Amino acid sequence: MNGPRVEEQLRVVGRRINGLSVLSSGMLVVCMLVVVGLVTADLFYLASKDLPPAAIGKLFTARSVVRAMKLSLVTSLGTLVLVTLTATPAGYALSRFRFPGRALVNALVDVPIFLPPVVVGVSLLAFFGFGLGGSIKQALSGVGISLVSWIGIVLCQYVMTMSYGIRSIKAAFDAAPRDLEHVAYTLGCSPWQAFWRVSLPLARPGVLAGCILVWARGIGVFGPLMVFVGTGPRVQVMPTMMWLELSVGNIEVSLAIALIMLVMAGTGLTAVHFLLRDRSLP
Amino acid sequence: MNALEVVDLTLHAGSFAVQDISLTVGEGEYFVLMGMTGSGKSLLLKAVCGLARISRGQVRLHSRDITGLEARFRNIGYVPQDGGLFPHLDVLRNILFPLTVAGTKPAAARAAVEGIVASLGLEKLLARSVAYLSGGERQKVALARALARRPELLVLDEPVCALDEPTRRDTCRELRRVQKEFGVATVHVCHSRDEAALVSDRVGVMCEGRLLEIGTLEELTTRSDHGAVQRLLNWD
Repeated sequence: MNGPRVEEQLRVVGRRINGLSVLSSGMLVVCMLVVVGLVTADLFYLASKDLPPAAIGKLFTARSVVRAMKLSLVTSLGTLVLVTLTATPAGYALSRFRFPGRALVNALVDVPIFLPPVVVGVSLLAFFGFGLGGSIKQALSGVGISLVSWIGIVLCQYVMTMSYGIRSIKAAFDAAPRDLEHVAYTLGCSPWQAFWRVSLPLARPGVLAGCILVWARGIGVFGPLMVFVGTGPRVQVMPTMMWLELSVGNIEVSLAIALIMLVMAGTGLTAVHFLLRDRSLP
Repeated sequence: MNALEVVDLTLHAGSFAVQDISLTVGEGEYFVLMGMTGSGKSLLLKAVCGLARISRGQVRLHSRDITGLEARFRNIGYVPQDGGLFPHLDVLRNILFPLTVAGTKPAAARAAVEGIVASLGLEKLLARSVAYLSGGERQKVALARALARRPELLVLDEPVCALDEPTRRDTCRELRRVQKEFGVATVHVCHSRDEAALVSDRVGVMCEGRLLEIGTLEELTTRSDHGAVQRLLNWD
């Protein structure tokens, strides 16, 4: 048996068009117009410059743009892996365990979401300026690893996106009934097995959606990068490059990067909706 | 030998406590635990299954002390009120779950549950998503899954309370038939005398965390002088 259940196909008695449906649908259209308007404005601006097609193509394929795109992709995917590996158990712990200070931990997890991004960059500079952080930086330098590299970019993206990851993954585990873990125990599962075979598969759509949101957020990180790794050619990701091009009046290149980022974000969010379309749950 | 022995069991859950419970369930016996909502029946079942830590007392399964044993090592088949089926697995995978966890090869696991599936008439449902099962079907699948590991004790927490009256009666008869077929001692929680009459060998009545009386349904109905027992057994 497949397809929507009988209950999902029922329609309540009454007018389908009412004040609430008009207001909410209207607001939905307004929100869509904002997104569509932004993309259209970028396209129209580029078109208004009367650039030959070859020149427009070059905006998207210039070596520096491709390099920034590659670096953005690699670092954001690295960040995604790191956040997934750490936020999944952390989100599970916040969802399942009751412990003293849980409310404080819950609040601390959200701090990076509320901090201005530049503060994160300054804090990272401070952390690696002395004490334990300073020792780590020195040790890394000793083996030829500089933080002003893709490592620093991943670090900034990680700090900026970790909270989103934990928050989304916690919500996904909250929605997976704890009772089913208990049933799994009685069927012979260890806590690990219950996690892998029951809780994680049940939370999977939410976890994956959280991961993609983390990736989309990570690829757009800008403020902390400017402070922590700077704007050197080896550390220019798309947002950094866009800002640099804009600051020298090269708006066409900025718009080309903006369009690339819009396409990437659109692809990511389409993937979220595809993954959230769960076929097994009622 | 008794299948289950509960000795002086006490457990606390917030301000509520299940206190000084002692009972035995014989080999192959169908024991029904009755009581009003909030009397502590489900809590007691969870303690027996290892899902609630007890403060005092002992739980023995076939004379083996399992008080400190994790739920996974107890070999007790547990069916919660809503069946507790895993929504991400189809019916067959739900039934095979305990065998898969134990590392049984797929063909051997399938062969091991064939008799249970046939006995409960689940052959046509095996490929179905559990989201599309009726209440009665859910309980049968949950029962099949609980039996797949050949448990030493079957624990059913209000397994038919959400079903309509005819389905409830049919499911109760089915439960009793299957229980006899597999010869497994069973503890069944409910609050309906009719349900108890359909399945029970003996009945225990709980009230406010205490086990008031144990006996056959007839004995309790006719001879009990406990007000709470009389109220529960004679109200419908």
